[in-house]
Amino acid sequence: MSKMIDADQIRFRYDPEVDNWAVDGASLKVEKGEFVAVLGANGCGKSTLAKHLNAILLPEAGTVLVEEMDTKDEEQLFQIRQTVGMVFQNPDNQIVATVVEEDVAFALENLGVPSDQIRQRIDQAMKMAGIYQHRNKAPHKLSGGQKQRVAIAGVIAMRPDCLVLDEATAMLDPRGREVVMDTIRTLNREYGITVVAITHYMEEAAQADRVVVMNGGKVVLEGTPAQVFSQADLLREYHLDVPQATELRDELVKLGYDLPQGIISIEECAQAIYKLFQ
Amino acid sequence: MLKDITIGQHFPGNSVVHKMDPRLKIIITICYIVVLFMAANPLGVALSILLLLGLYLVAKIPLKMIGRSLKPILPIVLFTCILNLFFVVGEGEPLFDWWIFTIYPKGVQYAVLMGVRVLALIAGTSLLTYTTSPITLTDAIERLLSPFAKLHLPVHELAMMMSIALRFIPTLIEETDKIMNAQKARGAMLDNGNLKERVMALVPVLIPLFISAFRRADELAMAMECRCYHGGEGRTRLKVLRFTRQDFISGAVSFLALGIIFSTRFFVPGLQ
Amino acid sequence: MSAMIQVEHLTYVYNPGMPDATTALDDVSFEIEEGQFVGIIGSTGSGKSTLITHFNGLHRPTSGRILIDGVDLWEKPEKIRDFRFKVGLVFQYPEYQLFEETCYKDIAYGPKNMGLDAQEIDRRVRQAAGFVGLSPQLLERNPFELSGGQKRRVAIAGVLAMEPKVLVLDEPAAGLDPEGRDTILGAVKAYHKATGITVVLVSHSMEDIARYADKVLVMDQRKLAIYDDVDKVFAQAPRLLELGLSVPQVTKIFLRLKELGLDIDTDVYTMPYAVKTLQKALEKRKGEAEC
Repeated sequence: MSKMIDADQIRFRYDPEVDNWAVDGASLKVEKGEFVAVLGANGCGKSTLAKHLNAILLPEAGTVLVEEMDTKDEEQLFQIRQTVGMVFQNPDNQIVATVVEEDVAFALENLGVPSDQIRQRIDQAMKMAGIYQHRNKAPHKLSGGQKQRVAIAGVIAMRPDCLVLDEATAMLDPRGREVVMDTIRTLNREYGITVVAITHYMEEAAQADRVVVMNGGKVVLEGTPAQVFSQADLLREYHLDVPQATELRDELVKLGYDLPQGIISIEECAQAIYKLFQ
Repeated sequence: MLKDITIGQHFPGNSVVHKMDPRLKIIITICYIVVLFMAANPLGVALSILLLLGLYLVAKIPLKMIGRSLKPILPIVLFTCILNLFFVVGEGEPLFDWWIFTIYPKGVQYAVLMGVRVLALIAGTSLLTYTTSPITLTDAIERLLSPFAKLHLPVHELAMMMSIALRFIPTLIEETDKIMNAQKARGAMLDNGNLKERVMALVPVLIPLFISAFRRADELAMAMECRCYHGGEGRTRLKVLRFTRQDFISGAVSFLALGIIFSTRFFVPGLQ
Repeated sequence: MSAMIQVEHLTYVYNPGMPDATTALDDVSFEIEEGQFVGIIGSTGSGKSTLITHFNGLHRPTSGRILIDGVDLWEKPEKIRDFRFKVGLVFQYPEYQLFEETCYKDIAYGPKNMGLDAQEIDRRVRQAAGFVGLSPQLLERNPFELSGGQKRRVAIAGVLAMEPKVLVLDEPAAGLDPEGRDTILGAVKAYHKATGITVVLVSHSMEDIARYADKVLVMDQRKLAIYDDVDKVFAQAPRLLELGLSVPQVTKIFLRLKELGLDIDTDVYTMPYAVKTLQKALEKRKGEAEC
């Protein structure tokens, strides 16, 4: 089976004159159906890397393969963009139309899909993203979480195999963040869409199958959430943090108590501490 | 105060006016404007306003929205009225004569008629945007202008630009409000101080606003590329414009009404 | 201690008298004492943003009064600008309000509007920049060349330079990574300690509120729901959840332990206190086992 995404040793700089690489030899391999979180502090190159995954940016060195299509191949540009859909941080800046359903239809109109099929596909996409009941509303009347789900629907209407979320929850309140994450998890589990979520929220990364940590344009750490978050000191060096459950476990271990490694959730932490009392 | 601006706002609905083919709506609106200025007599103007009110009622747009759409341009209208009032030289006795100010009865008529017509014009075009989603509207403009595309005029691009501009009006208004508040919090004199101070105080509002608009434009362009936007070539539409029987009926009724209003110029003495 | 901010029966209605009139604040009363660090929490639309814009007179109450340092804000409406300097307000994403060519000039904008002389402005700009951790070299740079976190610090310095008696911050850490968040909030806390001014912090993050605030004000559906010391507020976890809010993750761990049948206090909301509480409980348990 071919990989969903195979980015190999890519390097990129915004100014070709200056020796300042935003992405400096990063590799990212994503299997079909996987939920990968790319974690990193501001300016670590994670968003630049994300923009390589659907040929918004092309690497100066290295290659990016999307289902074996090279992103440098201009002939396949639209095929690549349909395969890997991208959702950005600010929901206001990715909505084109003034009515929800017209916005969701935008990509399909661009692709020249016949009108009757557009109707059917956008209805399905809006239902998948949970915004079907808002289809006739004006986007600026919606909440942040709703707007971001409109953006997601607009992308999944293309029926992509992979969804890249570039800090898609960073501007939302906790409630909005929760519904967007729920939507993404549903798309991943029930519809089998591969998800690459770029984030700096530890709690979101903890929900992924695999976490990739970036620092200084490179991938510096990779593994299951439990493996990654058990290295608190290393993460702090990369200007990141660990969930409070992990922090509490580490503090207790420092005091000489015996708690297992890889605690990331509240439930795991409470259970482990409860055992100490037995 | 900025929240009063209603240009480009759209009130989705299901009325006959909403459902009318946007191309027809645009043509009717243009004809309405022409008639408004051709039938420059009291009866004609009264009938045009009645027609407009009727259409607002049919469209179920709250009548207070008319007031709201007129509010921002009211100063300009008043200014035009006053100019007319003083500068129209009529025959007969002036109503009022003091120093350089002379008002003739004709001047009053002119001023009132002028004011009312401009207000009706704004209210009429507002009805068009209230009842038509900007995308459909630009779609219609694109279709109406499509003959010019053969002359290599960028009709699709123009329509797309207009549609995006309309989409971002509420967003940018909200943003302006936020920036104004932020600068006021640092002591900017935006709602007090003399004229010079107020104009100077606008700089700290306009610069962040432009920067933000450019950033938004950049991000939007990228988001559009991600959704395979590549100009008008080969594009299809979610809603295909089709002239229905309802449109023929609505069109016929509208043109009949406009014709009647137009014909008043032959019966009632106008001012031109 | 005297009251710094007094809010008395504050009600605010958007578009009053119009058919689309909406009440944003409904009979809110409370007092914030001088030198306190108060956190405001509440879900989106609860009225917390409207509330803080009343503190410096950006909104005028439909009814009720607000007193800053004992003076009614709207007693002399023509003097309202004085309160903009007394109560420094930092909005969400404040970096979007930067407009000058250098950071120095941008930070000096507020003090300049106050009519201060050049020497005093210079002192204030440098001091404010120091508080948020901006180096003197950065002051001469164009703010638009800086990173997101640095831009935000410039914007906050612009408010600190007015040397307000009350500092109000609306989500100052929104969108920043963990380190950026700690830098900004740490600077605010240090400033609070150094100057002893009153600080009001609006945040969605219960962890941040727990870590920095002394008292917490909870807004719900345009009304004041809870206003109490931080430990007493987070001890009401079920009530907060009911209001669509949350409690810090450590508190959740303790609530779960209690559910599992452990006899333990649940008014725990910070990491050091959590560790101490657990250590004590574990030692007590050890002692019991040995008996």
